[in-house]
Amino acid sequence: MENLNLFIRSIFIDNMIFAYFLGMCSFLAVSKNVKTAFGLGVAVTFVLLIALPVCWCINQYVLVPGALSWLGEEYAETDLSFLGLIMFISVIAALVQLLEMVIEKYSPGLYNSLGIFLPLIAVNCAILGAVLFMQQREFDNAWTATVYGVGSGIGWLLAITCLAAIRERLNVQAVPKPLRGIGITFIITGLMGIAFMSFLGIKL
Amino acid sequence: MNLKKTFLPLINPLSKDNPVIVQVLGICSALAVTAKMEPALVMTVSVIAVLALANVIISLMRNTIPQSIRIIVQLVVVAALVVVVDQVLKAWNYEVSKALSVFIGLIITNCIIMGRLEAFALNNRPWPAFLDGIGNGLGYGIILIIVSFFRELFGSGTLFGCQVFPDWWYEAGYQNNGLMILPPMALIVVACIIWVHRSINKDLQE
Repeated sequence: MENLNLFIRSIFIDNMIFAYFLGMCSFLAVSKNVKTAFGLGVAVTFVLLIALPVCWCINQYVLVPGALSWLGEEYAETDLSFLGLIMFISVIAALVQLLEMVIEKYSPGLYNSLGIFLPLIAVNCAILGAVLFMQQREFDNAWTATVYGVGSGIGWLLAITCLAAIRERLNVQAVPKPLRGIGITFIITGLMGIAFMSFLGIKL
Repeated sequence: MNLKKTFLPLINPLSKDNPVIVQVLGICSALAVTAKMEPALVMTVSVIAVLALANVIISLMRNTIPQSIRIIVQLVVVAALVVVVDQVLKAWNYEVSKALSVFIGLIITNCIIMGRLEAFALNNRPWPAFLDGIGNGLGYGIILIIVSFFRELFGSGTLFGCQVFPDWWYEAGYQNNGLMILPPMALIVVACIIWVHRSINKDLQE
């Protein structure tokens, strides 16, 4: 029950895009048509699904103060938490590299349509952000972390697909000249953010 | 070599080639830390420091980095610098570091840094790369400061935590606009900046 609660919260209430503004760069850059946007959303969800439990284990058994006590008495005092950022970003970069190779081998079509944006998932702040939030909230077990990861991923997927659909329609609208392109996209994202705030305060 | 050309990498990113509103890089942190001016200022200084140093380091190593693993090399250099900034901030101003929470860590994935490393530092000598880093950091900072100025002024009625509007305004019925503190308003303020900026610089319009 608690996990279901967390899942729904991370999709709607703590949405990565509209509540924290994470992963904005690729969100704005890749949202020109629905198909590519959806593909990128799925890839991001997949990376989150694997990255969160892996990083949770690293955090729990290597990084937090006293985490190394399973190695023996003399390591019980070791505090490696300052290495967190480097460890997490390496895990994410390695995962993305792996994912890229797998997709290239088994689904060349998807590989070609994602193009440059596949390697760029490594620097998508939504992923590092989710890992850091996971570390900050001190989840009890790897399962909760996985649920949080999938929820955040689906929230991101939902947001980018919606924006892409709106932008496809915007192409034929008469937008004031200086606002065309990126300006109007900002305003729309802002309005969507306000709409998503109506989920605030919902208790599950 | 005339002076203007030397300092072009420093001046260009301030307006014509601004990283946030023209190149659309580094939006995430630009929006998330701008509810108050103080965290925005700290973020600016941190990004300038990391960007300038990372640019110089990558520029020094540019001839030895193999093409295929350059992303990982860049990430490791940036991550190491960010860890230093994070630790310094925790020791020096714990309150602000608390308020910025994960966003200092997210400097690693700030697209401005990766973008500038890829686009400039890999092909240029250390001194121009250093200037480019400072310039882009300042361009980023200007937008952060403008956005946080409006958001804090209208959202909380303060600047750097000091009250701006006199008490009798509030007694006469003036109210702070709570909407300005909410994250979506940051997007709309940035959109207004883009609007003004592109109305002046017509060649940037799409």
